[in-house]
Parts: sequence; C-alpha cells; structure tokens
Amino acid sequence: MHFGLTEEQELLQETLRGFVAAECPPPRLRELFEAGRGHDPALWKGLAEMGIAGLVVPEAFGGAGLELLELALVAEQLGAGALPAPLLGHSLACLALVLAGSEAQQRRWLPALASGEQIGSVAFAEDGDRWEPGEWSLRTESGRLRGRKRHVPHGADADLLVVGTSGGGLALVTRGAGVRAEDERGIDRTRPVARLDFEDAACEALPGGSAASARLRDAGLVLLAADAFGAAWQLTRMTIDYAKTRQQFGQPIAQFQAVKHQLANMATSLEPARGLFWYAAHAFDHLPQEAERAAAIAKHHLTDRATDVARQAVELHGGLGFTWECDVQIWFKRAMFDRAFLGTPEQHRARCADLGGW
Amino acid sequence: MDLRYGEEYEAFRAELREFLAGWPLTGDEAKLPRAEQERIFRKRGIERGYVYRDFPSQYGGSGQPHDALKDRIILEEYARAGAPGNRLDQGAGLLAPTLLEFGSEVQKRRFLPPTLAGTMRWCQGYSEPNAGSDLASLQATATLDGDAWVLRGRKIWTSNAREADMMFGLFRTEQGAPKHAGISYLLVDMKSPGIEVRPLKQMTGSMEFNEVFFDGARTPAENIVGRRGEGWAVSRATLRHERNLIGNPKLLGAQFELLISLARRVRRNGRPAIEDPRVRDRIAELEGYVRAVETCNLRMLSATVRGEELKAMLPMMMIKLYSTDVMQQVARAAYDLIGGDGLLEPDPREESVYDLTGTASGAIYNYLFSLGPAIAGGASNIQRNIIGERGLGLPRDLRR
Repeated sequence: MHFGLTEEQELLQETLRGFVAAECPPPRLRELFEAGRGHDPALWKGLAEMGIAGLVVPEAFGGAGLELLELALVAEQLGAGALPAPLLGHSLACLALVLAGSEAQQRRWLPALASGEQIGSVAFAEDGDRWEPGEWSLRTESGRLRGRKRHVPHGADADLLVVGTSGGGLALVTRGAGVRAEDERGIDRTRPVARLDFEDAACEALPGGSAASARLRDAGLVLLAADAFGAAWQLTRMTIDYAKTRQQFGQPIAQFQAVKHQLANMATSLEPARGLFWYAAHAFDHLPQEAERAAAIAKHHLTDRATDVARQAVELHGGLGFTWECDVQIWFKRAMFDRAFLGTPEQHRARCADLGGW
Repeated sequence: MDLRYGEEYEAFRAELREFLAGWPLTGDEAKLPRAEQERIFRKRGIERGYVYRDFPSQYGGSGQPHDALKDRIILEEYARAGAPGNRLDQGAGLLAPTLLEFGSEVQKRRFLPPTLAGTMRWCQGYSEPNAGSDLASLQATATLDGDAWVLRGRKIWTSNAREADMMFGLFRTEQGAPKHAGISYLLVDMKSPGIEVRPLKQMTGSMEFNEVFFDGARTPAENIVGRRGEGWAVSRATLRHERNLIGNPKLLGAQFELLISLARRVRRNGRPAIEDPRVRDRIAELEGYVRAVETCNLRMLSATVRGEELKAMLPMMMIKLYSTDVMQQVARAAYDLIGGDGLLEPDPREESVYDLTGTASGAIYNYLFSLGPAIAGGASNIQRNIIGERGLGLPRDLRR
C-alpha cells in the first residue's frame, strides 16, 4: 500500500524546482510577464531537454512513457513557478494522439512533439462557454474544418492543434493555410490564449477521438488542479516570507496572531487537500471507474481553494499586494486561469452531482 | 502509487471478518448482560491477536509485532461489525501507553491488566478553570506528607469522572520551580475521601463532563509516574497517544452518506431536496472537503506504514483542525435539510458519540455535538498557533 511519491517522482519534482529557480527566477519571470509573450523558446528547450515535453509519450516514440501522475507533479511545480511555457496544451495534444491517434498519426507526430521541436495544443472551447465534448459543434467535411475556437492555450505558438469537433470527436490541424490565430489578451500572461478561426483548414480525424475526448478533458482537469495547488502554495510561501520581514508596531506582522492564524488557515486549506490531485491522477492512470469524478472534484475544490488563498495573499501584502509591481498578481492570475479554463468550479460541482447519481 | 493492501493483508482481513461474524454472540452467551458479552468477545479478540495488538501479553495485550496496516484493517472491520475491540477510553487509549513508556514495573503489573480489561476505569485530570490552553499554569497542588501526596485544588472538563475508578492527573508538586518544571503526574483513587465530583451538563443535554474538587484527598507516594517535576514530559506522551482515540476512520464518510440519504428523503417544494440545484451544489462542495480528509488519511496511513512519518508531518499537524471543521460543516448541512424540525431539542442520549440513525433528532444532536471536537484536545486557535510556528516557521508570539 503506497499513497505517496516514489523517490523517482520526488526527484522529478526537485529537478523541476531547481530548473525554475535557475532558469526563471522572479526577475526573469517579471520580464516575461511584462513582455506578455507567455512563451520563451529557451525555457521550452530546457524543459524539453529534461524530457518534460514528451513525459507521457510512449518510449517507442521518443517520450518518457510516464503517466498522468508524473505530469501532474510537473504541473504542480510549473504552477509554483508560474512558468511561462506551453506545457498544458502541449501535453493534452500528446495525450490525444496517444489515446486516440492511429499508429500512422502517432508515428508522424509524436516524436517531434516529444522532443519539443514542435509544440502542440488543444482547441476545446467554443463561443458561449462551451467546453464539454458534447457541446462542440465544429464540423469536418471531406477533410476540411470550418469554424471558431476560443481560449486555445498558446494557440498562436502551436504547430499542431487537436481540435474538438461535433459529436465529441477530435481532429488534427497543422498551423498554416486556413488557420488564423488571434491573441485574446489573456489574463494569465504566463499562459496566453488565442482565438482560432478555421477557414476550410485541412484536417484529419483522430480515429479514437469521440471515445477519448472525455478522458482528455479529465486529464486537463487534473493538470489544472495540480497547477492551482502549486500556485497557491507558492503564494502562501511568498506571503509567509513577506509577513516575516514586514515590520509594523515594532514587530514582524507574522508575530500577530491575526496574521499567523490567517497564514495557518491558508496552508491548512491546501496541504490536507494535496491528495485530491494525486488521487485523481492515480485514478486516471489505474482506476477508470473513479477517474471522471475524481478529476472533477480535484478541479473544483483545488481551484476554489487557490482562489481563496490568492485573495488572502493580496490582502496580507497590504497596499503593495494590489500593485502591478508586486509579483503576487502573477500567481493570482495563474489561479484565475486554472479556475476558469475547462469550466468553473460550480459547473464541475454540478457534474459531480450528476455523476454521483444524486 | 498502489492503493491495494496486498494479498497477505487481504487474507488477514478475510480471517478477521470470519472471526467478527461471531459478534453478536449467540445461544446462551447472548442472554448474558451486555457488559459481560463485551468482556467475553474482547478476551477472544486478545487471544486471536486482534485486540491490543502490540501491547505486551504479560500486561494483558496480544503481544504482536507492530503493524500499522493491520491496525487500520482491525479498526475498519471492528467498526463495520460494531464489535467491542480496543477500548477507546482514557484508560486503554491514553493512560496505558503512557504507563508502558514511563511507569515502574510495579505500576505496570498492577494497573495495566485491569485497565485493558476495562475493570479499572480512568479519567484524565489535566484542565483546570484557570488552566485550559495554558495548561502548564495549573494550580492544583500535591504535597508530600509522610507516605502520601495530599491533593488540593480543582479539575474541570473531566470526562467520565463519576464512573471512573482512578484518575491520572497533573499536580503542582514543586512550589517555586518554573511552571513547566513544577508538575508531577499522579495516579489517584477516585473513591478516596476528600474528592467530590460534580457533573457538568453539556449543550447537547448529555452529562459527560464533570468538575472534580480535591480537598485534602490522599494518594500513596508511589503513585507518581516518572520523577517529581517530570509530569509535563510524561503528559506530552499522553497527548501523543491521543490519536489512539481515533475511532472509526470512516466516520466522516458515513456522516456524508447520511447527508446524501437525508437529502433524498427530505422534500423541498414537493420534490426531493437533492434535486434542488443549491442543495446539490452545497453537497458537492462539501464532498471536496470530505474526499480531501479521506485522501489525507490515506497519505498519513501510507507514511506510517512505510516508516516515512516525516513526509507527512504537515498534514498530521493540520488534520485535527481541518477534519473537525469539515465535520461541523457536514453536520450543519444536514441540520439545514431538516428545516423546521430543527427547532426541536434532540432526544437525550446515553453516549456522547455521533448519531448514525439518519433521523431529524440525530441531525440536531450531531450539529450540536460537532462543536465539541474543535475544542477538545487543543482548541482550533491553539492548533493554528502550532501550525504557524512549528509547521510554517512563523515567529512565536509573546507569551509567558
């Protein structure tokens, strides 16, 4: 019986922590945030060299052949670092090919995605806040795709797009003729979102698409939950550091019980709930009966907690916390992305009630 | 990750279930008084190695090697069967492991067997009217007079003091010593002259608590555990063992299931309440917390089983504050579902435990009862201080 991390998994997290600290420390993060690009080829290359780009790609296609749990542990660290990198959409595109692609499609695309040489992303949302596979309406006709997708993560950077189509199907589209990407000016400057217009773009269906799209959504929910968890803990740590140094009334404010207890509450709202995303990732990998609900619970609960913690982090930083120059806003907006992307906590609570047969 | 317990442990569980099918007792044994039936079945459990598992057999335990996973399986299965297993009272749960660690051989031989058997019952004499969270400021005194300690002062919130045969308590024996260094851990016969017990009624209507007054009561000089002035350290060990009092690990889950079944039964606007979107949202939100507690328990169990407790220090520090709050929220949601029936007093009951009947009266009782655990064994704001200072490295606040 083991509900915890293996040494390899701990090492993976430690490596990521070290990478973030060395390659994207706060001053560099601030530069990238101000530039608003959300993507730094050097950072992406560094992640790819560590095998992160192909973490869930089978070894036969040049990946690491690991599971969603490892990917979620990486997502936690990326959230903690608010790392500007296209990993969310990229990993989901890889998973889409793994779960639903033909062997020919896998052979053609996975090696370049696994090496990070090509960037993938997923296009789910449509106008009207329609995220769910059953709500997708884009149609493919004789290998051509028409219509609009919204909020595509790193949509302007992606070479390959996995697009949700009517009936919950999935289609592959490469960047080029008939694909127009418009930056949406996303709130989270570490993960830009784009509007994509397809005008008779060449596409090919993933044969297992309609069977896999719900699972792909679940994987996304787990990764968002993990990212939110990492971001919220980082905000808690930043606020602890601030409260230990900020002096008022002749003492560090962390010594006041009002502040100490608020910090204790922030941490206590997070740490006991860490198991939610662990469990959801493990269920995705090994307990298929429980996977869908566990993913929805992790997403609604952890993104909600991250929202609460982020609000308190701003408050405890005082006036400074409300400024553009304070880094708290970077993670606050990261948490906003995790909350709104793929549906709000409320929407997932409604799904949980339905799935629970209530 | 692997959530399976493994073949050896599943075989252990199957064997245990077979044994537990023997409860309730049948035939002539079923006609015996309840307490006698429990004594018989508990004795069988000790002989089979299920009850007081890793307690030495010469003191009344099973003498088995420690195994956290087997402990968990036993806890789960005994709870499922409703069978009498380890006593979860102050004697077997708190005093016995403390004596095992600090007691003299004579004390162990004299007190442990009847304590585990349940024939010697104990109460805990720690808190005083002016020493709650700041326990070390306690003022009840013990003065050595010949071969006996003479006790004066007052203890409060003493559960089961009326039924108890003995008390283990903290008394100030070293006047003038710094507050933590002046305390000794004494064992006191509750039938001694000079002890008066007055019941305190709780807001639930039950009378579990008491005040205990000492006015010159005497206890033999040898009834000290550890040395003079070491009582604080000994009492810390008792607090460590308070987790032995954790009852059914699935209690919160059971309360949550009760909440759902209540929401199915109760009607709102002519329809089952569970169809109301606001009710669904509230229950789904609570489920996030309930599953968090469950996965946190899994994580702590896993760390204990693998000897990696250090990896779970933070959740272990937080789980009391966290889970008592979740339990309150679940109890309040159930209370809200019963609507106007919530205006009524709950039926009186004998035992101070969560109600699992799913009735309206049970929901009211649970709502009131759920307030207690957030105070007992270290109130929530004390927990927040511990989490802040020891868990998060925040500066200690000023206190004497």
